[in-house]
Amino acid sequence: MDTPFEPRILAFLCNWCSYAGADLAGVSRFQYPPNIRVIRVMCSGTVSPHHVIRAFQKGADGVLVAGCHIGDCHYIKGNYMTLKRMDFLAGLIAFSGYQPERLRLEWISSAEGVKFAEVIREFTEKIRALGPAPGWAAVPLAVGA
Amino acid sequence: MADVVDVAGQAGRFAVKVFQRARYIDMDKCIACGTCAEKCPRKVPDEYNSGLAKRKAAYVKFPQAVPLKYVIDKDHCIYFEKGKCRACEKFCPTNAVNFDEQDRELSLEVGSIVLALGSEHYNPETYDIYGYAASPNVVTGMEFERILSSGGPFEGHLVRPSDHQEPRRIAWIQCVGSRDPHHCGNGYCSSVCCMYAIKEAALAKEHAGPDLDAAIFFMDMRTPGKEFEKYYNRARDEKGVRFIRSRPHKVEPLPDSGNLMVHFTTAEGRVLQEEFDLVVLSIGLQTSPETVALAGRLDIELNSDRFAHTSPFRPVQTSRPGIFVCGAFQAPKDIPVSVMEASAAAAECGELLAAVRGSRVKQVVEPTERDISAEDPRIGVFVCNCGTNIGGVVAVPEVAAYARALPHVAFVEENLFTCSQDTQDKMKEMIREHNLNRIVVAACSPRTHEALFQQTIKEAGLNKYLFEMANIRNQDSWVHQSMPEAATQKAKDLVRMAVAKVGLQQPLAEFQLGVSKSALVVGGGIAGMEAALSLATRGYPATLLEKGSALGGHGLELHAAWDGQPVAPYLNDLIGRVQNHRDIEVLLNAEVEEVQGFVGNFRTTVQAGGKTREVAHGVAIIAVGGRSLEPEEYGRGQSDRIFVNLELDRAISRQDPLVAGARCAAFIQCVGSREPQRPYCSRVCCSHSIENALRLKALNPEMDVFILYRDIRTFGSRENLYRQARAQGVVFIQFSLESKPVVAVTDGGKLQITVQDPVLQHPLVIAPDILTLASAVVSHDTDPLAKQFKVPINAEGFFLEAHMKLRPVDFATDGVFVAGLAHYPKPIEECIAQAKAAASRAATVLARDSIMAGGVVALIHKELCCGCQACLQCCPFGAISYLEQESRCEVNQALCKGCGTCAATCPSEAISLLGFSHLQLYTQIDEALSA
Repeated sequence: MDTPFEPRILAFLCNWCSYAGADLAGVSRFQYPPNIRVIRVMCSGTVSPHHVIRAFQKGADGVLVAGCHIGDCHYIKGNYMTLKRMDFLAGLIAFSGYQPERLRLEWISSAEGVKFAEVIREFTEKIRALGPAPGWAAVPLAVGA
Repeated sequence: MADVVDVAGQAGRFAVKVFQRARYIDMDKCIACGTCAEKCPRKVPDEYNSGLAKRKAAYVKFPQAVPLKYVIDKDHCIYFEKGKCRACEKFCPTNAVNFDEQDRELSLEVGSIVLALGSEHYNPETYDIYGYAASPNVVTGMEFERILSSGGPFEGHLVRPSDHQEPRRIAWIQCVGSRDPHHCGNGYCSSVCCMYAIKEAALAKEHAGPDLDAAIFFMDMRTPGKEFEKYYNRARDEKGVRFIRSRPHKVEPLPDSGNLMVHFTTAEGRVLQEEFDLVVLSIGLQTSPETVALAGRLDIELNSDRFAHTSPFRPVQTSRPGIFVCGAFQAPKDIPVSVMEASAAAAECGELLAAVRGSRVKQVVEPTERDISAEDPRIGVFVCNCGTNIGGVVAVPEVAAYARALPHVAFVEENLFTCSQDTQDKMKEMIREHNLNRIVVAACSPRTHEALFQQTIKEAGLNKYLFEMANIRNQDSWVHQSMPEAATQKAKDLVRMAVAKVGLQQPLAEFQLGVSKSALVVGGGIAGMEAALSLATRGYPATLLEKGSALGGHGLELHAAWDGQPVAPYLNDLIGRVQNHRDIEVLLNAEVEEVQGFVGNFRTTVQAGGKTREVAHGVAIIAVGGRSLEPEEYGRGQSDRIFVNLELDRAISRQDPLVAGARCAAFIQCVGSREPQRPYCSRVCCSHSIENALRLKALNPEMDVFILYRDIRTFGSRENLYRQARAQGVVFIQFSLESKPVVAVTDGGKLQITVQDPVLQHPLVIAPDILTLASAVVSHDTDPLAKQFKVPINAEGFFLEAHMKLRPVDFATDGVFVAGLAHYPKPIEECIAQAKAAASRAATVLARDSIMAGGVVALIHKELCCGCQACLQCCPFGAISYLEQESRCEVNQALCKGCGTCAATCPSEAISLLGFSHLQLYTQIDEALSA
């Protein structure tokens, strides 16, 4: 018998805002689906496109990158880099014929436990609706590129 | 939970009696699990959410409270009321509840005291013409803050209290409880409400979408802070917030709909009404009765507005020596100035207590570190139950058994509380007994507990970085309470990820760099001199560079501070003290030529009086000042009867016949400020013109005085000057940027001003004998200095601090600080406070014998670096430099803050963030997805 599809989601959370927001969701006991695995990074700017692609190559159905709101970065402008990078990466993923909506960028502050739980709920359901990610290696080359 | 009862003694030796109320929770035992609050049956209005939500009688004030420890509210606790309950005590997993705890009195011996007492909010029920008491849909600005907050009563959904419907039309009404001596006794301006109303309106639009109608009813829009004017312009022009110049006289709650009718009169006298779904009252700040009483006990003077009395020349010194003040108890103010004053107060304490600095410091003996370089990883895993917080959901024995089978794991233990003292001792013992060289704790969050465990393994001889946490409480058992199997699986995954990561972790070195215990201060005006003097008073030598041939700067041209105190005696005294201080070297006709080095170790080449020399210094303070703009409009230059304010200062002082004989005088405000090419407010000009108007009136009470303005921005107690000027017959005429006054100089040399009168709706012609232009404060050419110190400037040439609110005198580059007009136009007292703040921040570097560098920092593997310099561009801290000869980049570990942005930028992955290396991240990714 087939087991129902459970999305596997990897989340990169910055230490100062989004990881703290996730902690606050816990303190507040906001419940959300258990599908995410969190990697704590010092700044969302630590996350490179390679890291995200590696996650997809290893079978992640969705990847969340979350950092401080623009203007609130602990390192002044790390999240601007994240914004540019993830925007670029989403384009690259689409260009590769993969589904860019499997990558999500969010700004979640240390006070936004509610938002963290909401984002996880929403993203998990979205990925569930999308179904299992196609293997990265199996992605066909973009036509006409 | 403590109050000051009494202060005896004097500066340098105070005896303070403190009354501390019982908390009924043992802070050492409380793990902030929240069980007490969950089990507590008593609900109480939550003060933090302005009463819009409920809390329990066992509670934390807000989720980010520091320390994060619960408290029992005696006034509402059922046990204290009825002698029964104690549910919290029964369920607390660590026996932290202690109903036997007693209030206590403490005696402290201190050298100085800082009052940071803050303010309370005006209660609009006091004089309720705006329906606050009558309608739940009339809220205060503070209540609206909570409504917008994701941690607030409606979880960040913008709804109104009565029916939880989303409002489509929101009105803000300004100056409720401010600028109103008649109804509430608060004649002053609260300084912060215009900005917070604009912010709330802009945020409301972000929450509800652009169709939301946000309207702000105001008298004068006061946005005189750095970058505030641009924010105001964006809210109006880009976000479509409506600004209506009017003071509404009534808000009428409408039956059935819960809506509100705002009745107001426009400037031209039309009586209008508009319906809104929600009304926000921009309430002012005031000193609470408790604070007034405390001030009485401390024997410090208050001013007529009930704020602490201070002099513009000693802005944080109260009337009692040794007691200092900062924040909203000094005067109503916003965060940046409060933070500045806080550092200034610290500087004053440091100056007062310089002789005894470090006398109570205890030296910590660092344990010796075991060399593990030849050892294979031997990982110890400690899995915490956290009482039942984790164990009640996650099958901890199963997780422990799973951990035992992971590669390199040499020891696994379950604990009831891994953070308890006995477990810490046990951990040290196990590290020795099993020769463990890396530790994983699966428990709560590294944000709260990493430092504790790192200290423990350090004491056991391990490098503190050989440590990793798996967050199986906050991010697992607490958030998947009804899914024990999935939570257990997640815990295993998180442990596996942590074990794999820590296995790759190497000890990280921290090393010490020496500090040159002296400062370079650039700029010999008030800010530069105050900063140098503050440091020298604390025993840190300073080299003070002045571009001109004498000290004094802009201050030499000023007649008086806003409260009328003459500047000259203060300034002369300051110059004398600076020149005579043995630890201050003044270099005149001096400029910076080249800057090398970094925090603690700068070497700056200086050109002084034609000679070049090198100055070694640990910190630098940039205080190069600003200047008055030379106007190019309003007939300036065509008549000797047209002054700028600094010239009028002098003309009044010397009783210039043009001024003394004038029968009519006019001022035009915002000359060069708040214009498209210079979109900022110069902050000082409204007060300056009004002071001079009053001086003219004093000279000749019969003189007709007109002030033509856009918004009068007499923030704080300066509002009293504005009121006084109106009472003395000074005529204020408002104009807009679109219809500026027109000045004509006739052939006979007479002046004629034509301005549209907004009340009469008719052009008005004024023929003054003298005209004064309130010209903008502009920056010097700051670009070269900014480049030399690698610090940023904004579009207008003012130096850009590390953080507008939280770090108002720091730069992102360590060891460099800013003060005075070089940062933004500001009055004398703010220049002095900022100078002392910069000195205070600089002293945090100079007080140390060495600077610790290393730890979690970036490292460039030179053999992989291709010299593309992409990393150099993205580093906000100037920590990366390019080595020309090697064609490689290098990280200065003393400047690196460890964000890792460079590591992610490097196309060759030649950069590692130590502790978060690419290999470690890839390994974590792989392990996360391997199950």
